[in-house]
Amino acid sequence: MSDTSLHGAYVAATVLPEILPTPKERGRIMGFVHRHPTIVIGGVLVLIMVLIAILAPWLFTKDPTSLAPSKRTREPSALYWFGTDMLGRDVYSRVLYGARVSLTVGFSVACCAGILGTTIGLISGFTRRIDAIVMRAMDGLMSIPQILLAIALMALTRASVQNVIIAISITETPRVCRLVRGVVLSLREQPYVEAAIASGTKVPVIIWKHILPNTLAPLMVQATFICASAMITEATLSFIGAGTPPIIPSWGNIMAEGRALWQVKPYIVFFPAIFLSITVLAVNLLGDGLRDALDPRLAKRL
Amino acid sequence: MNTTRPLLEVKGLKKYFPITGGLFGQTTAKVYAVDGVSFDIQRGETLSLVGESGCGKSTVGKSLLRLYDVTDGEVYLDGQRIDNMPASKLRPIRQRMQVVFQDPFSSLNPRMKIRDILGEPLTNFGLVKNNADLREKVSLLMDKVQLPRDAIDRFPHEFSGGQRQRIGIARALAPGADLIICDEAVSALDVSVKAQIINLLVDLQDELGLALLFISHDLATVEHLTHRVAVMYLGKIVELTDRRTLFSKPHHPYTKALLSAVPVPDPTAPRNRVILTGDVPSPINPPSGCRFHTRCPLVHDRCRTEEPQLRTVGEGHTSACHLTHAPGELVMG
Repeated sequence: MSDTSLHGAYVAATVLPEILPTPKERGRIMGFVHRHPTIVIGGVLVLIMVLIAILAPWLFTKDPTSLAPSKRTREPSALYWFGTDMLGRDVYSRVLYGARVSLTVGFSVACCAGILGTTIGLISGFTRRIDAIVMRAMDGLMSIPQILLAIALMALTRASVQNVIIAISITETPRVCRLVRGVVLSLREQPYVEAAIASGTKVPVIIWKHILPNTLAPLMVQATFICASAMITEATLSFIGAGTPPIIPSWGNIMAEGRALWQVKPYIVFFPAIFLSITVLAVNLLGDGLRDALDPRLAKRL
Repeated sequence: MNTTRPLLEVKGLKKYFPITGGLFGQTTAKVYAVDGVSFDIQRGETLSLVGESGCGKSTVGKSLLRLYDVTDGEVYLDGQRIDNMPASKLRPIRQRMQVVFQDPFSSLNPRMKIRDILGEPLTNFGLVKNNADLREKVSLLMDKVQLPRDAIDRFPHEFSGGQRQRIGIARALAPGADLIICDEAVSALDVSVKAQIINLLVDLQDELGLALLFISHDLATVEHLTHRVAVMYLGKIVELTDRRTLFSKPHHPYTKALLSAVPVPDPTAPRNRVILTGDVPSPINPPSGCRFHTRCPLVHDRCRTEEPQLRTVGEGHTSACHLTHAPGELVMG
């Protein structure tokens, strides 16, 4: 091979558009997909759901609350992709807008319960006196079935998405709290924490630098699990009429409204249900993959 | 600095762990982990604390470091009493007393780079001015423990057990301590690496004038690096003497049993082994009288009722046994 042809190949390679990944980068991306297929599958599905929720108004949807009694209970067709419900509302539009409620509730609850539970768990894991009281209170909360507690909390307040988030967060917090406390109790016995104490590190710094980073992996898995569980709880609450107000479409209340007709018009229940299932599955896959990837001992060079 | 007193003095150290139970977590029993231990360590000296698993030797180490609050007794570092010092005032003490743990895997935070692990004590004690200074000091520490300087940006899981233990030693050296407590520091390593780490510790001791409290269950290891040895049994020191005396003229029957358990490389060498039967009794309910009487081959009536005190049996040699003079050879009866 002559020098000129080598040179030519080199020039051709540099003029490739820069947005395309170079072969090396492509190899790394494929390697990541290969090592963590669950993260990729779960992440892509979650991303699609988030995009659907954000872009709902531009995805050929109609007003999800506009009534058209003359066009009620239409089968899925080119005009009504998922059909219409018993009030003539477009199920496709309602399911897409419903994704907003479900995802908002799921992520918000994961964040609220995660932060609240982590804070309480860290404090009670490090302070013996507070521990006994806090954990008995958490036991008390956990002894009430989650859905019943959420219903009771909703009954105390007005139906709104915000109140749904608060109610589900309260029921999920004890689980995070228990997890974090357990991890803290085992970590504080670790020699590296004792070495840090012996090195004169102050307790807040120990919590921040030694304890918290090592609770993140289990916390992440728990947060995704809570996110999935919160979406189901929200749908359950909406389904029994104790959650999102009927004026806001959510997967739960779409299914609730379709329930009466489900033997003759199953698609009204089917479409929101399939969206809910896929989202919950995706979030759980993501959490599972993250757990493996977040562990530096298992992580190979990215 | 007080030069007449030993670096570390321990007088009647006791550490009992409560066993809690019941609905309200009340104390139902106590583990007498350390029950009246006294010794001292001079500057630049190595004292080994040996004994079987569960005899309380690690508890002594952790009590000295104030990782545990002591139940009773007095601990002086350089003439300053530290056992009852409030936690807020301990920092300058911690700078002078450091620890190397047994398990090289769990003693380094898996999420911190070596630079941050070694930098932590340096920053805590205000020994560095800026980042460049920190990097320089950490690099010097790496030199001291004979690890490559460019390894400081790596994570602990990228190192072998022996290398991790060197990092643990470097962390203990970082604040410029006078006393390093080595809690089974070489027990988890394989033989060749163990020898390297012991040599490193001995070299560092010569170079820096460190005092070492070397906690170990392995007399063969201890023999290579120690000046004096304290033998512990069930929360008490039963014999304390210099290395040569301990290995040539042990007094306490328990020490003899331990020594006869040390493997000898020559299979044809004549051996007079003292084999102990049974397990170490529970420290929750220690035996009356001499704590060793349940397993002692030379037990007599007095041992069951009266607790022997440590008494001098030779120059710098104390032993807690009722037998007035050391019997020449132990005969299993």
